[in-house]
Amino acid sequence: MKNNTLQENKLEANVRCKDVSKIYRQGDIEVHALRRISIEIQDGSFVSLSGPSGSGKTTLLNLIGGLDRPTSGEIYLSNLRIDTLSSSELAQVRLDNIGFIFQAYNLIPVLSARENVEFVMQLQGVNAAERKERAYEILNAVGLNGLENRRPGELSGGQQQRVAVARAIVSNPEIVLADEPTANLDSKTAKNLLEIMLSMCKERKVTFIFSTHDKLVMEYAERLIKLHDGEIVSDE
Amino acid sequence: MLKLAWRNIWRNSRRTILTVLAIAFATSILQFFVSIQLKSYDAATKSAIALTLGQLQVQKKGYLEKPQIRATIEDPLSLESKIKSLDRVEHTSIRSIGFALISSEKRSYGLQVIGIMPEKEKLVSSVSGLIKKGEYLDSTSTNDCVIGEILAKNLKVDIGDEVTILGQGKDGSLAASVATIRGIFDSGTKDFDRVTMFIPYKTFQDVFSMQNSAHSIVVMGMRLKDLEQIQSKIEELLKNETNLVSLRWDQLMPGLKQSIELDMSAGWIFYLTLVLIVTFSIVNTFLMSVLERSREFGIMLAIGARTPRIMGMVVIESILLTLVGIFLGVLIGSGVITYFSIHGFTVPGAEEIAKLWNLPIRIYPELTIRVILTAPLMILTTTFIGVMYPVLKILWLKPLEAMRAT
Repeated sequence: MKNNTLQENKLEANVRCKDVSKIYRQGDIEVHALRRISIEIQDGSFVSLSGPSGSGKTTLLNLIGGLDRPTSGEIYLSNLRIDTLSSSELAQVRLDNIGFIFQAYNLIPVLSARENVEFVMQLQGVNAAERKERAYEILNAVGLNGLENRRPGELSGGQQQRVAVARAIVSNPEIVLADEPTANLDSKTAKNLLEIMLSMCKERKVTFIFSTHDKLVMEYAERLIKLHDGEIVSDE
Repeated sequence: MLKLAWRNIWRNSRRTILTVLAIAFATSILQFFVSIQLKSYDAATKSAIALTLGQLQVQKKGYLEKPQIRATIEDPLSLESKIKSLDRVEHTSIRSIGFALISSEKRSYGLQVIGIMPEKEKLVSSVSGLIKKGEYLDSTSTNDCVIGEILAKNLKVDIGDEVTILGQGKDGSLAASVATIRGIFDSGTKDFDRVTMFIPYKTFQDVFSMQNSAHSIVVMGMRLKDLEQIQSKIEELLKNETNLVSLRWDQLMPGLKQSIELDMSAGWIFYLTLVLIVTFSIVNTFLMSVLERSREFGIMLAIGARTPRIMGMVVIESILLTLVGIFLGVLIGSGVITYFSIHGFTVPGAEEIAKLWNLPIRIYPELTIRVILTAPLMILTTTFIGVMYPVLKILWLKPLEAMRAT
């Protein structure tokens, strides 16, 4: 999938949303989470989506990540339209092209830090020796040298989130989507993590898109998109 | 995947241990009961074969349904000799059977008189080893007889006493003789001991005017497994003797086979009930496990895992858990069976049932491949089917909804 979709014939815009709307139905009530959003995000950007709760930032992140489908509009990753793909095709796109970082880390508790990082590569069919080597390398890069064999329960919140970052970028995705990645971290740890992600963004040309309330993340962001009631109110 | 599945099993170790113990308990109990059941059937079959039936008999067609004295095999010695020479046939013997009134000084009873060749009969029947008083017949016996213990009591006779035999010969003449009681046997089967008398074949032939004919040729093969092959060879031998038929033990005594089948059906109902209870326990464990991990499955789906992969992982978990329980159960069950196969055990109050089936009162279960495999295969199969319910729940998981699960 990776070879014949995202990497071939790359467009200038890495992520493109065109008139995207998302309506949730709760009984007879319709909730407009997104209203005709159109944005373009370039390769290697470090972008923050901010706004109050219910503004639609997580919804937009989920749509870009192929975890949900828009009610209307079109979403492209490079030149591939993803909102029309089947569930199975979307799973493949997520596996090959998108890394996820969640607020609650969401590591697999029975696997060690290294095994959590290896899990994505295992899904991709990378052989065991290469998996191990790359996992050690990336864990070292996020500052977890020596903690590779610890399980999530034996790591602090900041360390777990670093494992999550390592898991998100180990397979060299085009885009990393991070939903409130610093929400559970103290400011020092958050800053440290953002430095790591920014260097990954620059070194590996990975696009980072954050959904956040955190001012620190906004300070680091090269581009700040503010949403309110499902609409973009500013894009700086 | 195997490593992940194995670790997942032990996330809730208390629940896993309880489930494993339930599987182990069911496996060992099933093994033990199956071993007793199969051993009982085997013992009942062997006992019936050894006492009177033999593995196979050649008779005149229709004799089994209507045992008339005129329904005979002509020139039985010649036919016996041909059968004896067949491959896999080990022993043969000839019997003549009549019905007569037997009288002692005090009482009279109607019963079946069986004319036997003592030396050959010893090789096809266990009666010679069941003599409780006196001796079995031998080649020198002429006017001697061996009777069952209950018959002896009823006739109020003992070793050395004389009884008169009064019946009808094959030619319609009066069959009358006097026999001296040489031995009294106790087969454990009351009905048999009440109505059976053995006399020497030659004497029977004379008294019942049998001339050169008999009622049955009893055949014993080396192994019971070979019986169908032996039967087909005998049938080939009998292709020109259209009035003769070869009957296996289960055809000679269909009631025994039907009783075994009936008992086995009842046993299977019990076993299936037990297996179903254990399966519900396993299904419950995995249903809980799947529901608890919905969020985690959502994460896996989000990062690109396919649903079949997650379903496969849960199936592997269920198989691993079941295998651990089965392994433990087989160890315990096999140990218990091995112990009792050496030392045996009795079931209080089961003596009457044992006598009815002509079974030993002390039970010695036997550990066979069938005993070892039956319970594990049943439990594995039902578990695999049962666990599909929680596994199929994964099929409907959507990453986003699953990640929101608490």
